[in-house]
Amino acid sequence: MFAQEFMRNALITGSFVGVACGVVGYFVVLRAQVFAGDALSHVAFTGALGAAAFGFDILAGLFIACILGGLLLGILGERARADDVIIGSLFAWALGLGVLFLSIFTTNSSAGNGTAGVRVLFGSIFGLSTSDVRTSALLAVVACLLLLAIARPLLYASLDPAVAAAQGVPVRLLGLGFLIILGLVAAQASQAVGALLLLGLLAAPAGAAHRLALNPYRGLLLSTLFALGAVWVGLTLSYLFPTLPPSTMIVATAVGTYVLAIIASTGGVWHPRSADGIAGA
Amino acid sequence: MIEAALFQGLSWNPIDDVRQLLLFPFMVNALEAGTIVAVMAGITGWFMVLRRQTFAGHTLSVIAFPGAAAASLAGLPLAVGYFSFCGLGALTLAGISGSRRSYSGESAAIGSLQALALALGFLFVSLYHGILNGLNSLLFGTFLGITTGQVTTLLVVAATTVALLAVAARPLFFASVDADVARARGVPVRLLGFGFLLVLGLSVAATSQITGALLVFALLVTPAATAHRITCRPFLGVALSVAIALAVTWIGLTLAYFSVYPVGFYVTSLAFALYIVVRIVGALGARHPLVHVRVEPA
Repeated sequence: MFAQEFMRNALITGSFVGVACGVVGYFVVLRAQVFAGDALSHVAFTGALGAAAFGFDILAGLFIACILGGLLLGILGERARADDVIIGSLFAWALGLGVLFLSIFTTNSSAGNGTAGVRVLFGSIFGLSTSDVRTSALLAVVACLLLLAIARPLLYASLDPAVAAAQGVPVRLLGLGFLIILGLVAAQASQAVGALLLLGLLAAPAGAAHRLALNPYRGLLLSTLFALGAVWVGLTLSYLFPTLPPSTMIVATAVGTYVLAIIASTGGVWHPRSADGIAGA
Repeated sequence: MIEAALFQGLSWNPIDDVRQLLLFPFMVNALEAGTIVAVMAGITGWFMVLRRQTFAGHTLSVIAFPGAAAASLAGLPLAVGYFSFCGLGALTLAGISGSRRSYSGESAAIGSLQALALALGFLFVSLYHGILNGLNSLLFGTFLGITTGQVTTLLVVAATTVALLAVAARPLFFASVDADVARARGVPVRLLGFGFLLVLGLSVAATSQITGALLVFALLVTPAATAHRITCRPFLGVALSVAIALAVTWIGLTLAYFSVYPVGFYVTSLAFALYIVVRIVGALGARHPLVHVRVEPA
């Protein structure tokens, strides 16, 4: 399995994507912003197709769109919970734009057109080049470092925004910064697992970690491990059974872990009400 | 023949244009289907926005995609797949929101469900290679291939959902605005919540046959959000939401007919532009009578 270059590339990129999604996802779930991650993944789709339609580099399109999207969501949404309608309206429109770009792209390019949209939506982890691997590794490291740098104040601001603000923590700015990091990770991950499936890597491992651990650092570690495990198991399964697409297997593994975590936490070790209850208040 | 009509363009003579618009049966079907969908989505969407279930609604609309893919894989009619998967999805979502009070846990669970649905859809599509060319239309829909039979099915579904919502409107409104007080007054809040998700799933399933799994959302959320911004009165709000959805659909279909770009783009852009305008007007005229008073559910 490791003899194939495409498989090595996929595993290395997948690992970096897994780590980034696991770390960022932990905060996404803690802050109840899964829907924002969902919206950013659709924005990623539009950005990539827009770049393809007008002949730019797809990666550049992905990043510009995702970071702009994160910025816009941060500016438009005032509070943690009140903005789900804004998110919904924004990304319904982003999808509409994506459809426009798709139709421009398919009318402009003569051959092989039907698959471009599919590739953007569901990823092509087995078709990565060595330079893709390098870019995605670099981005994952940057995103993780940025996040770890603001982890403590961000945790505080997520758990109790009012008290944190009273203590002089820049809650608003932290939220905005976090959304930009989320945009970065969304763009990086949609290269590998596709725009539509990165949500699975953001939400499921982190959701499982939140069920199993109350301590934030242990939770972060668990979430990262689950995401990494999902990528590795998913890729191996897809390699062994070539009819199964890799992105499906990765997401299915991640969601399977989540379901197991729910069963374990309700059946055996029941945890007291954890910190995430406060975040929703 | 169709190509020729498409590229004739606008003559700027309204009577001629309308006649040209109604020249082909496919366009008449599309307009009928669009009208039914808009009315249904406008009403259901208003309650969805009120109940802050936008994320759940989006997940339901995404679940329609693996439903359709599974149905074509199994050789069943697409409608079977749409309705059974959306029904199942509504059941799961009701279970998720019923069992857990914590919002962040709920959003993680909904997100995972949605990702799993998409992953399954992609799996079905790649198992069944023939459909791959139709993937874009499964996801983004086509207003142009609608049969008269589909319009009839749509009409039945729409009549059912609207009737159900009309019957449950008052208690549902009560339960949505203040669940705790409603429960204390003996309103079956959980049952209503579950029933609403089923109705939402039903209307999403019917709609996504026409607009595709990804674009249902444009008609469900944006017109309703705009209506909620303009008024907090329930009857006026529902009427406005339906009116906006209708206008957006009609104009979008007409524009798409006279140009080469897809209908989804026009519908979403028009709806979003209207939403932005209403927000700006609301922000400018703070003393304006149109200023919204947000009804916050407890």
